[in-house]
Amino acid sequence: MQTHVTDPALAQTQLPQLHEPRNQVMPLDPRWVASVQANTSAIERRAATLPGRRSVKKDYQAAWLCKAISLIDLTTLSGDDTEGRVLRLCAKARQPVSPELLARLGMTGLTTGAVCVYHEMVPAAVAALRGTNIPVAAVSTGFPAGLSPFHLRLAEIGESVAAGAREIDIVISRRHVLQGNWQALYDEMREMRAACGDAHVKAILATGELGTLRNVARASVICMMAGADFIKTSTGKEPVNATLPVTLVMIRAIREFYDRTGIKVGYKPAGGIAKAKDALVYLSMIKDELGDRWLQPDLFRFGASSLLGDIERQLEHHVSGAYSASWRHPMG
Amino acid sequence: MTIKEIFDTMDYGPAPESSAEAMAWIAGFKGRFGHFINGAFTKPGVTFETRNPATGAVLAEVSQATGADVVAAVKAARKAQPKWAALGGHGRAKVLYAIARILQKQSRLFAVLETLDNGKPIRESRDIDIPLAQRHFYYHAGMAQLMDSELPDRAPLGVCGQIVPWNFPLLMLAWKIAPALAMGNTVILKPAEYTSLTALLFADICGQAGVPPGVVNIVTGDGAVGEMIVAAQVDKIAFTGSTAVGRKIREATAGRGLALTLELGGKSPYIVFEDADLDSAVEGLVDAIWFNQGQVCCAGSRLLVQESVAERFYAKLRTRMDGLRIGDPLDKCIDVGAIVDPVQLDAITRLVAENPEGTHYRAACAMPAVGSFYPPTLITGLSSASTLMQEEIFGPVLVATTFRTPVEAVELANNSRYGLAATVWTENINLALDIAPKLVAGVVWVNATNLFDAAAGFGGMRESGFGREGGWEGLSSYTKSKTALKPMKQIAAFAGNGGPVSGIDRTAKLYIGGKQARPDGGYSTAIHGPKGALLGHASLANRKDIRNAVEAANAAKGWGKTTAHNRAQILYYIAENLSARAPEFAARLRDLTGQRGEAEVEASIRRLFTYAAWADKFDGQVHSVPIRGVALAMREPVGTIAALCPDEAPLLGLISVMAPAIAMGNRVVLVASEPFPLVATDFYQVLDTSDVPGGVVNILTGSHAELAPTLAAHMDIDAVWSFSSTDLSKGIEGKAAGNLKRTWVNNGMSRDWAGAEGRAFLDAATEVKNIWIPYGE
Repeated sequence: MQTHVTDPALAQTQLPQLHEPRNQVMPLDPRWVASVQANTSAIERRAATLPGRRSVKKDYQAAWLCKAISLIDLTTLSGDDTEGRVLRLCAKARQPVSPELLARLGMTGLTTGAVCVYHEMVPAAVAALRGTNIPVAAVSTGFPAGLSPFHLRLAEIGESVAAGAREIDIVISRRHVLQGNWQALYDEMREMRAACGDAHVKAILATGELGTLRNVARASVICMMAGADFIKTSTGKEPVNATLPVTLVMIRAIREFYDRTGIKVGYKPAGGIAKAKDALVYLSMIKDELGDRWLQPDLFRFGASSLLGDIERQLEHHVSGAYSASWRHPMG
Repeated sequence: MTIKEIFDTMDYGPAPESSAEAMAWIAGFKGRFGHFINGAFTKPGVTFETRNPATGAVLAEVSQATGADVVAAVKAARKAQPKWAALGGHGRAKVLYAIARILQKQSRLFAVLETLDNGKPIRESRDIDIPLAQRHFYYHAGMAQLMDSELPDRAPLGVCGQIVPWNFPLLMLAWKIAPALAMGNTVILKPAEYTSLTALLFADICGQAGVPPGVVNIVTGDGAVGEMIVAAQVDKIAFTGSTAVGRKIREATAGRGLALTLELGGKSPYIVFEDADLDSAVEGLVDAIWFNQGQVCCAGSRLLVQESVAERFYAKLRTRMDGLRIGDPLDKCIDVGAIVDPVQLDAITRLVAENPEGTHYRAACAMPAVGSFYPPTLITGLSSASTLMQEEIFGPVLVATTFRTPVEAVELANNSRYGLAATVWTENINLALDIAPKLVAGVVWVNATNLFDAAAGFGGMRESGFGREGGWEGLSSYTKSKTALKPMKQIAAFAGNGGPVSGIDRTAKLYIGGKQARPDGGYSTAIHGPKGALLGHASLANRKDIRNAVEAANAAKGWGKTTAHNRAQILYYIAENLSARAPEFAARLRDLTGQRGEAEVEASIRRLFTYAAWADKFDGQVHSVPIRGVALAMREPVGTIAALCPDEAPLLGLISVMAPAIAMGNRVVLVASEPFPLVATDFYQVLDTSDVPGGVVNILTGSHAELAPTLAAHMDIDAVWSFSSTDLSKGIEGKAAGNLKRTWVNNGMSRDWAGAEGRAFLDAATEVKNIWIPYGE
């Protein structure tokens, strides 16, 4: 698979700044999969009490919100996307907060983690982000349902990588999970990973369609065994997208995977995270359950479109002491 | 640090809750508090300092109550009580509702004050203690409303003395005051000397809630004040605190006819099976043993992990411990706050240091430089013989051992003097619902821990005390039957010197383990009729016969696991066989007492039918607790019940205590009517022919006064009832302090056995165990 990168210096800046060994494919371990447990009530309790247990205030809150921005995959995934719309989004990714505000925060140069678009928008995004270290992620493999012919789904990955996407967000076949066909899920993920080549692959589990948290946990483990660099909750198109309980299940699976293999797999909650306060809760959950190392863009992303706007308002409030308004901030 | 630096470290930073409003409230009293008696604060007397354990700073000065203060408080409560009761259920409901509302409106003030005084994290006082306290007043406002219609036969006890601990100062106050007031009692409550402030704030809002003067009285001070309350002219003592103090209170109240509930210590098992969601079980331990710094009577302090997952589980647990944040309790980002007082900190430190056994792991979390703090600690590799596996540490120290099988898990869990709470983690519902009923604990949590609600009773078994707080089951602790009792006189045996009436000499032995056994001592006493005729000889049982009878009873544990239908069948069968021999028993009663016996035999048969009927109908409940799940209030047998049977109704009395006890699955050791024992010894044959398994019913004859102390002191008897006409109540209640067994004594009052049946007996024959089962997939 040919990757297109023309400028070696640019390629280097687009790679994650911290170097971790990349997840490799390991054999499917059915005993591990069978031993996976997820007690829904207990997980919900942990998720429900966490916001009351952790609180960040003042400068710390501002710093955490800046961190959240640096972890956003700024996303547009609409049928009416155009190059113009994507250019605007990329401009926002490069300058997510007004320069003046960033200067007052001492955070000049802050960008989002990536831009996430459909395949057809990849060239426009790559062009718009040239000269930055912001990678372009493409949703792929028949996103969002993942029910197009398998060979076409694999080919789609190749096309997006060729077009300059450094990250590929694939969708799994939910039916493999619902039918308990773990081998099929593993094989599918492994082939998709292979198709990505050097591009990092995020496995979208579409947790809102998997029925149970136990299935979420099992699918997480299998995708990691099959080489996923990231596991991601949702396409944003399911009736229920990222939630704290689902997050807890997936990051505990990541933790278990790390404990057993020494490999750090990344996590991306996507869909439904729209408020600055929500982002802080997510970050504290990652910090407490996985550790600080996962609070870097090579291991954590928010898949979000409207979150940035709320964070901008909170940051302006932090600096000015007055509550902000959305029209004061450039739209993305 | 700059924002950029924080951006790189991603530290939490300080998130302090302001103490300004709470300090202003204290300043409003110029930092010195008197008692709250008859609706007003007294002038401060001799005071002592109350401190913030996180900093050592003095918060306020609180008065040490004098004897006169306690007398004044009791007098005020006594005077206010009739009018408070006469206010009626709805009238009291309105007041309790107002208390709940004001607690809610001032919730942050209460939370901050609690954290300042106690050292618990603001997260806990804000999200757990204060909301639960409100909930208790809301819930019991409802109970006041419903009392007239749902509890028509129950009356308030009168004046209740209540002594609460320092670990949940306001919450324990709410647990005590809300049900007491709802049922028409008035109270005198003493908060712990470390943590008096929220009780005083509560007193301050009582006026705003329309609590009439004298209904709530708060006196402050140390244990000496507690002793004064116990000694005062009150009708009930409710105590939450240590087992040692509970035992003293049991002794001090013995024979005074007081109602008593004790909620004492624990060493509650936390059982993790190999199929559990281990990560969730680890998180559960944070709520079990690091909640309130482990200063929780029901803390899951004894970890039992299945061997197959133990090392993995410990590794996960150690990682989790390192993530705990310990420090300023007013910080909203703190998990573990301060130990309530340096004295407690010393006690924890000493207990752990003196027992170096096992592998000690201290959480690698940053410790505050000053203040009363103890690091979260895990001690693995212990056995049940280890001191730390048996003694309550009352601090953030978790001790652990492993088990191999579910049976072994239950054995280890129950290998304790305590029986307050237990936690079970497994994804297997069959296993969970098999284990929960087998655990000796008043509360069992499945895949969760430390869940509380006003709708579900809380309280212990064994040396964790008795009585329940919360739920319908908690109301009996604050009410009494409206039926008036009359003083009784001792009934002496008839004297005589005559020879045998007729026939072949019959030997009345003891009935132990389903067999007739000669008395160990080899003594018998002659039993005469009213006219002096010799009716026969009754064995004189001694302490060894009690030992044997209790061993037989405990060997018959399987009775509690038989189906209720089966127990009912056996009770009907006893009735059937008694009925077949009714004339003979009637004649025996006439010979013994000189009264016609037909009616008593007939009443006995009816009574057997009554409890055969109840056997499968005295249902538990499913409480409406605010979780997605159920709290099953299961009725469990108390265990082995010893009863000194009524003298005045030798057959009906014996059956009236035996039948409810065995109907509910208990085993009994009965001491027959002392003056008229021979109808009981005749009854052996009825039992023999009725398929009663050996050991379920054991009957002794002999001196009540001589046997009662041994029964009351026996560590393997779970309850002692006395309806003897000999005045034994004080001795029994005093001796029962040994293992804190349940007692039900007549206090020298008689009851009419013709009508003595029903719920009071069934309640006494059962313990309510609340099993919380959250569900959801």
